[in-house]
Amino acid sequence: MATNASTRIRVFLAGLRALLVLTVVLGVAYPLAMTGIAQVAFSDQANGSKVKVDGKEVGSSLLGQSFDIVGPDGKSTGQPDPKWFQPRPSAGNYDPLASGASNYGPENADFIQLVKDRKAQVAAFNGVPEDKVPADAVTASGSGLDPHISKAYALIQVDRVAKERGLDPAKVKKLVEDHVDGRVIGILGDERVNVLELNIALQKLAATK
Amino acid sequence: MSPTVAGILQLSLLVALLAAVHRPFGDYMAKVYSSEKHTRPERWIYKAVGADPDSGQRWGIYLRSVLAFSMFSLLGLYALLRLQDKLPWSLGFAPMKADQAFNTAASFTANTNWQSYSGEQAVGHFVQMAGLTVQNFVSAAVGMAVAVALVRGFVRVRSGEIGNFWVDLVRGCVRILLPIAVVGTIVLVASGTIQNLADPHTVTTLSGGHQTVTGGPVASQEVVKELGTNGGGFYNANSAHPFENPNAFTNLVEIFLILVIPFSLPRTFGTLVGSAKQGYAILAAMFTIWFVFVVLMTWTEMHHNGTALEIAGGATEGKEQRIGVPGSSLFAVSTTMTSTGAVNSFHSSFTGLGGGITMLGMMLGEITPGGVGSGLYGMLVMAILAVFVAGLMVGRTPEYLGKKIGAGEMKLVAMYILVVPATILTMTGVALALPGERASILNSDSPHGLSEVLYAYTSGANNNGSAFAGLSANTEYYNVTIGLAMLIGRFVTIALVLALAGRLAEQRQVPETVGTLKTHKPLFVGTLVGVVVIVTGLTFFPALALGPLAEGLA
Repeated sequence: MATNASTRIRVFLAGLRALLVLTVVLGVAYPLAMTGIAQVAFSDQANGSKVKVDGKEVGSSLLGQSFDIVGPDGKSTGQPDPKWFQPRPSAGNYDPLASGASNYGPENADFIQLVKDRKAQVAAFNGVPEDKVPADAVTASGSGLDPHISKAYALIQVDRVAKERGLDPAKVKKLVEDHVDGRVIGILGDERVNVLELNIALQKLAATK
Repeated sequence: MSPTVAGILQLSLLVALLAAVHRPFGDYMAKVYSSEKHTRPERWIYKAVGADPDSGQRWGIYLRSVLAFSMFSLLGLYALLRLQDKLPWSLGFAPMKADQAFNTAASFTANTNWQSYSGEQAVGHFVQMAGLTVQNFVSAAVGMAVAVALVRGFVRVRSGEIGNFWVDLVRGCVRILLPIAVVGTIVLVASGTIQNLADPHTVTTLSGGHQTVTGGPVASQEVVKELGTNGGGFYNANSAHPFENPNAFTNLVEIFLILVIPFSLPRTFGTLVGSAKQGYAILAAMFTIWFVFVVLMTWTEMHHNGTALEIAGGATEGKEQRIGVPGSSLFAVSTTMTSTGAVNSFHSSFTGLGGGITMLGMMLGEITPGGVGSGLYGMLVMAILAVFVAGLMVGRTPEYLGKKIGAGEMKLVAMYILVVPATILTMTGVALALPGERASILNSDSPHGLSEVLYAYTSGANNNGSAFAGLSANTEYYNVTIGLAMLIGRFVTIALVLALAGRLAEQRQVPETVGTLKTHKPLFVGTLVGVVVIVTGLTFFPALALGPLAEGLA
């Protein structure tokens, strides 16, 4: 019986010792070594694919951001700024501290109303009929940080942006077409336009007018 | 190219990759678990653990080792979460509340990775690494160890020993998971997933607003989150977050990582029992159901039925533009049919039928292909049941792989099959009967509300961890009960599987005769698929009819 009891205690303590050893290997050595390699070999990606304009960081090419009108207090007014291409609706207002989705089910009455309202708003804002408004323009993404919109959503915004900035619509349309990314290796994912990159290019175009 | 054609090609590419890899990788895993040699670093680890790697364990000791290790994992992670403000890189986060810390610790220890917290608002970098990343590895290695122990039960003759847990645990971590995780991390980082130790910093955006950009050792956790079919996101948005899953290429890599071990383990099984065909029969049953579900899911999401989705013109709510509808459907089925639970799109906003498919995928018991290890042992239990049912039809004592399936074995199998559904349905019923707990439902005006609660307990007890996230589950009641569901769904089933392994290992080998059921033939694969679908269907049909089916057909 004595050996049996000591076996039990040994097995019990082995559990604790195994956890400690594996924590050192898998929880400290592994992630820190990976961080080291990532920082040396892929520092741009590892640090969040930062986007700079005139040397100043304005965000990340991977994270969508809000293009609402900014009030005098530096806060968003919740009104889309017509000068910019607009991103998709976001459940977290493009705040990376609140990533996530709406989780609305397809029969939720609030959600149905929200989609209707958004459709009317996007159509009026861009001066297009409602049936030209694509699905991504009226639905929130999973992350609330989607950096992309569909080509169709970018195209219906061209005339409004061009008019607002006094630019030739043909040039703005060309800009959008240059910023359409196809599917990865032709088959993965979906066609898309990166809104931040498009708007940076738009700003440059406007500056050289 | 139309989205449908692109989706079909994407699926074909994934299947081709898995087909190419499963054989060499499955054989490699068989070698890992049967080799007599220890590497020098492994010997150091055994010394530190205080375990003799060359001694065999009977099932009782094996189980006690699993439980001792998992109990300390639970306590250790709980302590880290409760003390995180005293740890480095805490980002100033407060300690997690007791009920939520219990829920989180149970969740990661049980390979579930249900999260009632939001990563970017609650957990600092140190706890992500030393607590959560570690459990991502070891809970996966525990699952594989138990699966291999069950396979040894079939192989060994008149021996009570089913292996050595410490050896299986350590080898699973350092010879299988870690090397793939290192390569995978580098691939993900090169493609844009972040890997740093930075604090969040605020930038002025292009239009003059402000945005706080987060940091973290994301890639090293992301890769093992998928590979070990864990699923707990570094961030709240999980694999929908661009810092976790930056593009359609990483999306495919992540789906591949989710599926590669579960779809390769049948080969490992076949190699270990000395008959590749037996492994292929299991693989065929797993693959058939997974494939049918992927096709159904893609179809229903592309057709976007549902009032709001029809007005919008597409089932894009909760989905990312760069990933698209087919890439989201493929991920959703793969994550719910393994025990992963990572999401790249939010299942609550899927079409009614799509949501039902994700739920049914979990209710099948996560065996098609299932979580790492747990999928294989779950499917082998179903195979024993299928053999038993077939035996009843022809009036013969059933046997599987040369072992007799007697009353003792069947009792364990029956308990295994009942534990999880009983937990889910009882807990769902109780929660729905309590008015306070009903208040946590978001979509309370439709059958969707029932789906939210049913999904939560299904996800917990099946150790999946994905959420129909409308439910506000961060309450004391849900944290504690879902935490218990996860522990029951994981460790009671493991105890039954190991007991079964022990009984099988003690038996003599029954010689094959002309009357023996051929368990590598299509007839058996069909029986197995039928048994899986019927057992699950009968168990859950009433609950599904009230939730997703009522919604999808409305």
